[in-house]
Amino acid sequence: MGEHLLANYAEAVAMFLFGIGFTNLLLQKNMIKKIIGLNIMDTAVYLFLAEKGYIEGHIAPIVVNGDLSPETYINPVPSGLVLTGIVVSVSVTALMLSLTIRLYRRYHTLDLDEITIRLKKEGL
Amino acid sequence: MEIIRNFPCLSILLAMFSAIISSALKGKGARWLNTFVIIVVGALSAAALYMTMTTGESYVYVMGHVPAPFGNEIRFGSLEPGVALFFCVIMLLSLNGGRKKLLLEIDPGKENLYYIMVDLLLSSLLALVYTNDLFTAYVFVEINTIAACGLIMITERGRTIEAAARYMIMSLLGSGLFLIGICLLYDMTGHLLMSYIRVSIEDIVASGMYHAPLLVTIALIVVGLAIKSALFPFHAWLPDAYGYSTVSSAAMLSSLVSKGYIFLLIKLIYRVIGFDTFLNSRIINVLFVFGLAGMIMGSISAIRENDIRRMISFSSVAQIGYIYMGFGLGTSAGMVASIFHILSHAATKSLLFVSGVGLTDVSGGHKEFVELTGSGYRNVAAGIAFMVGSLSMVGIPAFSGFISKLLFAQAAVQHNQFAKLLPTLIVLAVSTVLNTIYFMKTVIRIYTPTGGTSYVAPGNARHEDQKYASVSIKENPLYVITLLCFIILNIILGMCSQPITDWITQGLSVFA
Repeated sequence: MGEHLLANYAEAVAMFLFGIGFTNLLLQKNMIKKIIGLNIMDTAVYLFLAEKGYIEGHIAPIVVNGDLSPETYINPVPSGLVLTGIVVSVSVTALMLSLTIRLYRRYHTLDLDEITIRLKKEGL
Repeated sequence: MEIIRNFPCLSILLAMFSAIISSALKGKGARWLNTFVIIVVGALSAAALYMTMTTGESYVYVMGHVPAPFGNEIRFGSLEPGVALFFCVIMLLSLNGGRKKLLLEIDPGKENLYYIMVDLLLSSLLALVYTNDLFTAYVFVEINTIAACGLIMITERGRTIEAAARYMIMSLLGSGLFLIGICLLYDMTGHLLMSYIRVSIEDIVASGMYHAPLLVTIALIVVGLAIKSALFPFHAWLPDAYGYSTVSSAAMLSSLVSKGYIFLLIKLIYRVIGFDTFLNSRIINVLFVFGLAGMIMGSISAIRENDIRRMISFSSVAQIGYIYMGFGLGTSAGMVASIFHILSHAATKSLLFVSGVGLTDVSGGHKEFVELTGSGYRNVAAGIAFMVGSLSMVGIPAFSGFISKLLFAQAAVQHNQFAKLLPTLIVLAVSTVLNTIYFMKTVIRIYTPTGGTSYVAPGNARHEDQKYASVSIKENPLYVITLLCFIILNIILGMCSQPITDWITQGLSVFA
């Protein structure tokens, strides 16, 4: 148990960060803190992927001097996944921030529960 | 014949490019383009369905020129084009049913934005149905979420923005879990194409390695998709999102968006994890228990609701429970019943939403039951359509809901485990009774004549006590035709169920 944790410390850190982000997104009342949680969660996944794609002693997968042997480069697929994931994460964050702006202009608070209570009072 | 292989990819691209073109069009142009694209995609799916039904095989379409273990693929048997065709039909009918309401509810000049979201939703649904690549599935899950969020918040009121924010938060939690699950799968197997992952997983299971990580991965993926499709304990966002958005959005969200995720889950179970591996992991029992709980709790919440739109929304929670209960049975008969219920629920729930809005419109826009009294006389078409939808949900023979309940009961009776047989039958019976309570309550309410102390004959529409004006069928022919199409679709599903179940069984046999 102990030596596995030490050997895979980066994966362990990624999972720990994922947990922190997930809990923040779920439990925080403040919209901005929720969005920060979302970003921590997504970044933890990228850390995990980057760690999985890295091979000790190999270099970035950019072909130099016509060297095509797989012994030279790291696995490029996880890096591609990270890039795609970042694009998705950016667009989702932008959407969440725009929703937060809309809510703040209307109710002058970032607290989602507070907004729900006010909506109930309005009875719309 | 050879050209039909290109159709699934073509339909995804067509829907996606129509979204881009719509951003440069005015409202009316975007509306016609959207209708045109849905019809064309439906026709393409029908052609693909015809081809796969005649040959009975599944086809792999390689995207780009990268060979199999690395490239991106589309794969379709007979199930996928059929589901795509069905989604197109429901989408077209839902949009037509809510077209007038939509023009009233959204700000002028924003109409083309709505159709951009609808086009994106269509393309992402098609991609979820057809794709054979896990990471593509993740990307389109996110596009689906963003499009659905846009559909909710297009009517800009405090309620809808709050509902959209809550929907986004829950959806993002779900897609986060789904994403980490995919990454763990990639880590264990080294593949992203679904068919190759299953081969690797079979090797892993046979060698006895990675038992715990595999279990955790399956759990993460299943829980992620369950959150996104609003399985019982994760349904808190659902009633607001469906209850306050415009009617077309509500109909599409309940009948298409959540079904897209469920279809993806079926695909993952069969094609990625493998049905036997999924069966041997005990997660299937968890799905079974939560499905049963959802069937009861969704119905109880619906009974306590005093708002017709929210009542229909809570009924969705119960119906999603049925679908997951079918997965939880762990037999192919249960799976066929679940897929049939996806179709049946999509046809019925969009009918209920669209007819429900007709009833609230003739009650001064009020959604409370007291105000709805007698609305079935004021809008005859909507009243009849709502009654048909209710009868179908309750499970009266000749309507689609009866067949899905029958299939679930048959699947339960054929089950060899007594511990699953008995609870299924009991909960099915209890849930039917609860369904009857809230749907028949509403039907009786809309057919109770109004008129204060003096009795008014049902035919006597012009009475001085009448609070609200009635609407004749001629005033909105498109709406009535839409309702008629929905009713016919419902009766087709109910009366011609044998060819449909044969098609599902055949589709599942070439699915993996």
